[in-house]
Amino acid sequence: MRLRGTLLSLGFRVCGALCALTAPAFAEPAGLEYPMRRVAHIFQPLSRPAEMISEAAYLVSLICLGVFLVVAGLLVFIMIKFRRRAQDDGREPPQIYGSTNIELAWTVIPILITVVLVLVTSRTIGEIQNMKMPEDALKIRVVGHQWWWEIHYEDLGIVTANEVHIPVSSRDPAQATPTHIVLQSADVIHSFWVPQLAGKTDLVPNKTNDTWLDPYETGVYFGNCAEYCGTQHANMLLRVIVHTPEGFAKWVASQKVPPAAPQTAEEIKGHQLFYGYACINCHTVDGTVAEGVFGPNLTKLMTRQTIGAGVAELNDQTLWAWVNDPQGLKTGCLMPDMQLLDPEVDAIVAFLKTLQ
Amino acid sequence: MSTEPLHAGESASLINDPNATETPWRLPSQRKTGIACLIVTESALFTIFVVAYLFYMGRSLNPPYPAQVLEFPWLGSIALFSSSATIMLAEIMLRKVNRFGFLIWWGLTIVLGAYFIYFTATEWMHLIYGKNLTISSNVFGSTFYALVGLHLSHVFIGLLLLSTVWLLTFFGKIPKDHHEHIEVVSWYWHFVDAIWLVVVTVVYIISVNY
Amino acid sequence: MFDTIIDPNFKAPEPERVGEERVSLTRIVQELVFTVDHKKLGLMYIGSGLMFFVVAGLMATMMRLQLAFPNGKVLEPDVFNRLFTMHGTSMVFLVGMPIIFGFANYLTPLMIGTRDMAFPRLNAFGFWVFFFSGWLLYFSYLAAPGLYAAGSAPDVGWFAYSPLTAKAFSRGHSTDYWTLSLLMGGIGSVATAINIIVTTLCLRCKGMTLGRMPLFVWVFLVAAFLVIIAIPPLSACQIMLIFDRYLGAKFFDTQAGGSAVLWQHFFWIFGHPEVYILILPGFAIANEIVPVFSRKPMFGYPIMVAATVMIGFISLTVWAHHMFTVGMTSLGNTFFVVSTMIIAVPTGIKIFNWLGTMYGGKIRFDLPMLFCIGFLFQFLIAGLTGVMLSVAPFDWQLSDSYFVVAHFHYVLIGGLLYMVFSGIYYWYPKAFGRMLNAKLGHWHFWLFTIGFHLTFGPQHIAGFMGMPRRVFTYEEGRGWDLWNLLSTIGVLIQIPGILFFVINLIYSYIKGKKAGDDPWDAWTLEWSTTSPPPEYNFAKLPEVKSRRPLWDLKHPEDPDWKFE
Ligand code: HEA
Ligand code: HEA
Ligand code: HEC
Ligand code: CUA
Ligand SMILES: [Cu+2]
Repeated sequence: MRLRGTLLSLGFRVCGALCALTAPAFAEPAGLEYPMRRVAHIFQPLSRPAEMISEAAYLVSLICLGVFLVVAGLLVFIMIKFRRRAQDDGREPPQIYGSTNIELAWTVIPILITVVLVLVTSRTIGEIQNMKMPEDALKIRVVGHQWWWEIHYEDLGIVTANEVHIPVSSRDPAQATPTHIVLQSADVIHSFWVPQLAGKTDLVPNKTNDTWLDPYETGVYFGNCAEYCGTQHANMLLRVIVHTPEGFAKWVASQKVPPAAPQTAEEIKGHQLFYGYACINCHTVDGTVAEGVFGPNLTKLMTRQTIGAGVAELNDQTLWAWVNDPQGLKTGCLMPDMQLLDPEVDAIVAFLKTLQ
Repeated sequence: MSTEPLHAGESASLINDPNATETPWRLPSQRKTGIACLIVTESALFTIFVVAYLFYMGRSLNPPYPAQVLEFPWLGSIALFSSSATIMLAEIMLRKVNRFGFLIWWGLTIVLGAYFIYFTATEWMHLIYGKNLTISSNVFGSTFYALVGLHLSHVFIGLLLLSTVWLLTFFGKIPKDHHEHIEVVSWYWHFVDAIWLVVVTVVYIISVNY
Repeated sequence: MFDTIIDPNFKAPEPERVGEERVSLTRIVQELVFTVDHKKLGLMYIGSGLMFFVVAGLMATMMRLQLAFPNGKVLEPDVFNRLFTMHGTSMVFLVGMPIIFGFANYLTPLMIGTRDMAFPRLNAFGFWVFFFSGWLLYFSYLAAPGLYAAGSAPDVGWFAYSPLTAKAFSRGHSTDYWTLSLLMGGIGSVATAINIIVTTLCLRCKGMTLGRMPLFVWVFLVAAFLVIIAIPPLSACQIMLIFDRYLGAKFFDTQAGGSAVLWQHFFWIFGHPEVYILILPGFAIANEIVPVFSRKPMFGYPIMVAATVMIGFISLTVWAHHMFTVGMTSLGNTFFVVSTMIIAVPTGIKIFNWLGTMYGGKIRFDLPMLFCIGFLFQFLIAGLTGVMLSVAPFDWQLSDSYFVVAHFHYVLIGGLLYMVFSGIYYWYPKAFGRMLNAKLGHWHFWLFTIGFHLTFGPQHIAGFMGMPRRVFTYEEGRGWDLWNLLSTIGVLIQIPGILFFVINLIYSYIKGKKAGDDPWDAWTLEWSTTSPPPEYNFAKLPEVKSRRPLWDLKHPEDPDWKFE
């Protein structure tokens, strides 16, 4: 068991180092609360299901590597040993038609390897898929849309988009606080994938799937939609923000504070425009008449890190650009260009910035 | 090792065993093998439609449901199943070189097949106009018309083949070497019948419980 | 027709015959259109397959240019999505399928010693249906919104998961082109496959029992059976999709209780056997080339046949390994894990038997063998990555990532395409009477091999690092940049490789060394007739007594039939 552990961690290290090598340093903004885990290598799992997978994966990869070395070695050996030489006598080599024993051997050995693989696999499948969630596990419902994520915390009364916030769990199974994720889709098939936290699971319309996360360390984990879902599939990005338990409580509390009413003239103008134009047909702002559900809930828009499901970091410029013309930022996305005049955009942005 | 080139004409001498004994060389009939392959393909096609039908059984979100609208197609089924018998009789006549008997039985097969199509047409009229079941009503409608319709299209093609044979025989003779063509057509017809057995069981016996 | 073109005694036409020359050009076209000769149809299949290969390859090149750097600006999102859909669809249906049918058409009658396919006109029908289904697919670029915005080619991916293909999510007619083209192509494929089966079973020359058929023919027999069983599910789901799109049926309408997963089941019941339909011919060609260039008979012929048949059967039961992430029960997942892994056993047997054939031989590294060795290495890698994918939990990480892209390009290019090249180097002399130039061939081999590994090797790592497939762009800083750049550079090396090949095909046709009837000193019947073979193949139908009739002829002192 010890040996297996060491071997595994050695393997992870090697693979991890290999990948780290290739990942260019990316300038992250200073003063981040949690580390940005942009480079998400499946052999560097930081969550229980991902770790279970990577253990099986590591074992399987080793076996396959072994098979490769043996067979490829044999091939090279044969190529060198039995090549036709320059001083060949032109006679044909002895004609051998087969050998039952040898053929039996290379039937049985692969069968044995397969049996091992099947055992490892079925055990891991069971462990991950049939995992019992504790009664009090945090439950999150994620609904896929073309091309953004709708995220519901039904027990907490929170609705947000594109960024999943969860508390950190523990490496010790006894103290673990896993998060249960229920997956649904509003239109086509999507897939929820955050490599360092868990394998992917599809969001299928007319079908409810689930998965679970059990992260060991805090951080911002990067993921993607992993099933082709149309034009902007590439920009259906996903972030999971793993908080300390206190941090999570703080986030929950902050989400429940209704946004302050617009104050300045500009904000009020923006507010009116927001309700005057069709924005409210698609967007919800809690506690107001804006109850559209075709687009993301904007109640706490400014608490998000990104805009447009990760197409850009959220800041004044990108927000302005988005409201001005979402198609310029995310060609083909389902929010139309609302043909606003620049001052209108200014006002709406000012209003949107109150949503925090 | 012989290095001389081998020429087309020489290939016949590929056996260089002087003691080679003449063994009879028999291979399966091309037409029969071909039609057997066709039947395998078609079975695969039908399998998928049957599976789709079974899969969607009881999953329609809105009526009409099978139990409300389907009636067992007695007359159509009897006609179609008995056509399998008449076509066999026709073949027996063929073997006896009884042209008249062949035309009668073969013709009866055509009539029975045509009646089946007529029967289904009235059934569909009734379903569409009487019971409001169309292909776009619900998943039952989609799978029902697709499966039964696929079978119907096969009956139709079968009828075309049967009629061709009948007309050729009527206006000419059945040359001895066309016996196999006719046999192949009858295989196809039996296959269409067998599929109906499956369709009837699935659609009119199993699914009417939903 | 071809013998007149390459007639070595051909002299420049006299002035007054120039007019006739022109006529004969139209006659060539005319003959191509009306021919029912299996050899011409075979070459037409392979030729049009190669044409579509260049087109689809150029599409891949454009995708790679877009992905070379993060936030690439070469292509619009929709243009990219159309490219990978058309690339995948073309490569599978318009490159892979016709080329393998081409080989089957050209060689089956020659190898079993007969004059043509069982149903020559059906054969021509199959070809033309395939050919026009290809044009139908590409016509989508011109149709609907028109040429600007690059038309409206389908953009739903080569497996077109529902409900993305529903009217609600795929407006316009692009998906209709896709589905009709595949339906049409499917009919042609089934026709050709039936033809192959009937020819093989009913037209073998005297003495060629099933146990004496060349392994090539055996493997194609199994592949053809897979075609007639696996294509109908594809056609069935296309029919359902057409009903959905045109008649408002609800098969895949998730709003009306339809199921999105059903399409996946139906598609992959076709799709997985399809990938074996594509690789089995690769095996078939290897079965001819490995023995001839090792100068030994195939090691363990009966078990090779058995393994092929087993692969055929098992491949019908593994389809849902493409669906490990859709949320099947753990029992369902385990079932498909087991069935998928079992396939490694018969496939392994094949690899080992090839090694066994080479063992103790005198291996000649001519170009066909060179490509064949490349195939053995690459297929081994690809098969093992396949086994990694078949471990369901591992697949939860790897599915729909670039690792999958790497896996299937290793099988499809490293496996099938390498054997297609190998087969072309091997049989070109038979078809045209001239050898392909070895020097150009070596350039082709090395450039393409280096480029190929450089393109698809790094994609394994990109997949490990979480890069999803079918993305038209990706963010900076996720660790994917280097791998994508390498991958794009690889394509730029593949291109000259392919160019050398194309040049070689044309150059050798005119200037190549005369081949003679049997340039490789081989053993199967096609080498017993002239190169190119006459229209009727054999003046007198041959008669055989063993698996290697020409060996018997060349070695009267030690004929095979004494040992079989
Ligand atoms: C020619 C085509 C071809 C071939 C031959 C294969 C062969 C195999 N494939 Fe592959 N596959 C594809 C083409 C092919 N595949 C394509 C196109 C896709 C993607 C489609 C898409 O999504 O677009 C795909 C996707 C795909 C997936 C789904 C991935 C995903 O999307 O999530 C899986 C999962 O199980 C898989 C597995 C396998 C396995 C186990 C084999 C096995 O048959 C391999 C067997 C061979 C060996 C194992 C090597 C030799 C054996 C030995 C030396 C014996 C000893 C070894 C052991 C006992 C391990 N393939
Ligand atoms: C037989 C099958 C086959 C073959 C051979 C190839 C060949 C290639 N493929 Fe393909 N590929 C698929 C089958 C195949 N592919 C499939 C099924 C998919 C999935 C599609 C989907 O997701 O829906 C796919 C997807 C796919 C992707 C993923 C797209 C995505 O998910 O976003 C990529 C990306 O790199 C790619 C690249 C390539 C490249 C670089 C080649 C190269 O090897 C191509 C090399 C060829 C050339 C470069 C041609 C050059 C020739 C010339 C220049 C000659 C010119 C001469 C004259 C004009 C006379 N392919
Ligand atoms: C037709 C529906 C529709 C209308 C009208 C609409 N939106 Fe949107 N909006 C969307 C959709 C869909 C998205 C998600 C786009 C994506 O990420 O692909 C979105 C996203 C956004 C976002 C980014 C949210 C996030 O969390 O990333 C903002 C901000 C926004 N809309 C503001 C507005 C404003 C302001 C208006 C009115 C001027 C407006 N929207 C009108 C559909 C609409
Ligand atoms: Cu959502 Cu891809
Ligand atoms: Cu598969």
